[in-house]
Amino acid sequence: MIHDIIAIIDEYWLLLLIGQYPNGPLGGLANTLILSALSIVIAFPFAILLAFARLSKYRVLRWPVTVLVYVTRGVPLLMLVLWSYFLVPLLTGADVPSFLTMLTTLVVYQGAFLSEIIRAGIVALGPGQMDAARALGHGWFGAMRYVILPQALYNMIPSMLSTFVATIKDTTLGYVINVPDLTFAASQVNNQLLTQPFQVFLILALTYYVICWSLTALTNVVERRITRRRAGLAAPRRQLSLITNATEQP
Amino acid sequence: MKGFDLTAILGNPEYMAMLAHGIEMTFIIAICSWLLAMSLALVLLAIRFSPGRIGNSIVAAYVSYHRNVPTLVQLMLWYFGIFTILPSALSDWLTAHSAEMIFAIVGLGLCQAAYFSEDLRSGLRSISPGQMEAARALGHGYISAMRNVLIPQGVRNALPALVNHSVSLFKNSSLAIVIGAPELSHAVKEIENLSFRTFEIYLVGTVLYLVFSLIIMAGGAWLTWRADPLNGAAR
Repeated sequence: MIHDIIAIIDEYWLLLLIGQYPNGPLGGLANTLILSALSIVIAFPFAILLAFARLSKYRVLRWPVTVLVYVTRGVPLLMLVLWSYFLVPLLTGADVPSFLTMLTTLVVYQGAFLSEIIRAGIVALGPGQMDAARALGHGWFGAMRYVILPQALYNMIPSMLSTFVATIKDTTLGYVINVPDLTFAASQVNNQLLTQPFQVFLILALTYYVICWSLTALTNVVERRITRRRAGLAAPRRQLSLITNATEQP
Repeated sequence: MKGFDLTAILGNPEYMAMLAHGIEMTFIIAICSWLLAMSLALVLLAIRFSPGRIGNSIVAAYVSYHRNVPTLVQLMLWYFGIFTILPSALSDWLTAHSAEMIFAIVGLGLCQAAYFSEDLRSGLRSISPGQMEAARALGHGYISAMRNVLIPQGVRNALPALVNHSVSLFKNSSLAIVIGAPELSHAVKEIENLSFRTFEIYLVGTVLYLVFSLIIMAGGAWLTWRADPLNGAAR
C-alpha cells in the first residue's frame, strides 16, 4: 500500500507538479497555485470597490452589489462555474481556455466574499476614524486611502489569508470544466493506471492537505501577531492593567 | 441561438419532472448528511471535552483533515477510491442501492461534521467558566449543569455559524454531480443536453438554489432571533 503510493509518486510527480507543461499547457499543482493567487490578486481591488459600493449612501450603488453578494452566497459555486463556461465565450466571442473561465468565476465569487470581509473591517473601525479624517481636511477618498483602508486591511490580513486557502480548495471545481489543475492531473494519472484509484486519490487529498494546512498554520501565526500588535498600538505607554482593557476594544 | 423562452422549460412536463426529481434528491442528500453531520459532531464534541488525550488528538486530526482537503476531493476519494477497496459483498450491496447517493451523503456528512463540531466547540468555549461553577454551586450535577445551563448558551452562541455552515452544506450537495448523484445540478445539466436551452435552464436552476438558500438563511436568522433571551421566547 505505502509501496504503491511511493511508486506512483515516483513515476508521476512531474505530471502532478506541472502537468504536461513543456509539451502541453501548464497544469498540476503549479497551475492550481497560479490560478488561486491570480484570482485573489485580481479579486482584491474588485472587492474594495464592491465594499465601497455597499457602504455608499447611494442606493444605485448599494443595491446591485447587495444583490450580487447574496447571489454568490446563495448559489453553489458549481452553478457559477457552469454559468461562466456558458457565458464567457458567448460574451467575448472567442474560444476562451477553461483556465480563464475558471479565473473569471473565482474573481467574481471571491470578490463578493472578500468585499464582505473588507466591509466588516471598515465598519469595525467605527465612524470616528472617518469623522476625524474628514475634520482634518481629507476628502472622502483621501480619508479612505490614508486613514481607513490601511487600518482595515491590516486587521483583515488573517481573513484574507483564509480566503486564499478557500480559493485553493475552490479551484478543484475547475475539474467540472476540465481546467488542467492538480485534481485534473490526478484523474489523468488514475486513468493511466486504472488499478489503483484509492492510492491516487489519497495522494491527491494529502497534497491538498499539506498545502492548506501549512497556509492555515501561517494564518494563525499572523493572526496572533496582529492581535498582539494591535493591543500594543492601542495602548503604547500605559500601565499593564490598561493594556488588558485595550485589547477588548475593536 | 434561439430566443429567450422560459416556457420551453417550465411548460414541458418531462423537464419539470426531472427538475422535481433533482430537487428531491438534493434535499435527501442535504437533510441526510445534515443529520449525519450533526450527530457525529456531537460525538466529536463529547470526545473533545472528555479528558483523554488520545481521543482529543484523533478528533483534532479528523477536523483538520476535513477542513483542509477540498470537499470535492473528499467526495472523489470516497467514490472513486474507497468504494473500490471495500469488500465485494459490501460494494455489491452499495451498487444495488444507488451508491452515488450513499457516498454523497456519507462524504458530505463526515466533512460537515468537522465544521459543526468546531462551531459548537467555540460556542461552548465562549461561555465563561464561572457559569459552570455557579451552576455546580447551585446544586446541579455535571450533566445537569451541562444540559440546563451551558449547552443552551453554547448552542445559542454557535447558531450563526451553524446556520452558515448548513447553507454551505446545502450548496455543497451540488458537488455530488462529479460522482454522478442525480441531484438538482445533475438534472440541470441533463435538461441542458436535451433541450439546448442553456440560458433558460441555468436560470431556473440558479433561482431554485438561491431561493432554497435564502429560505435556510432566513430560517436561521429567525432561530437566532428567537434564541436571544432579550426577545423573550426562548424560555
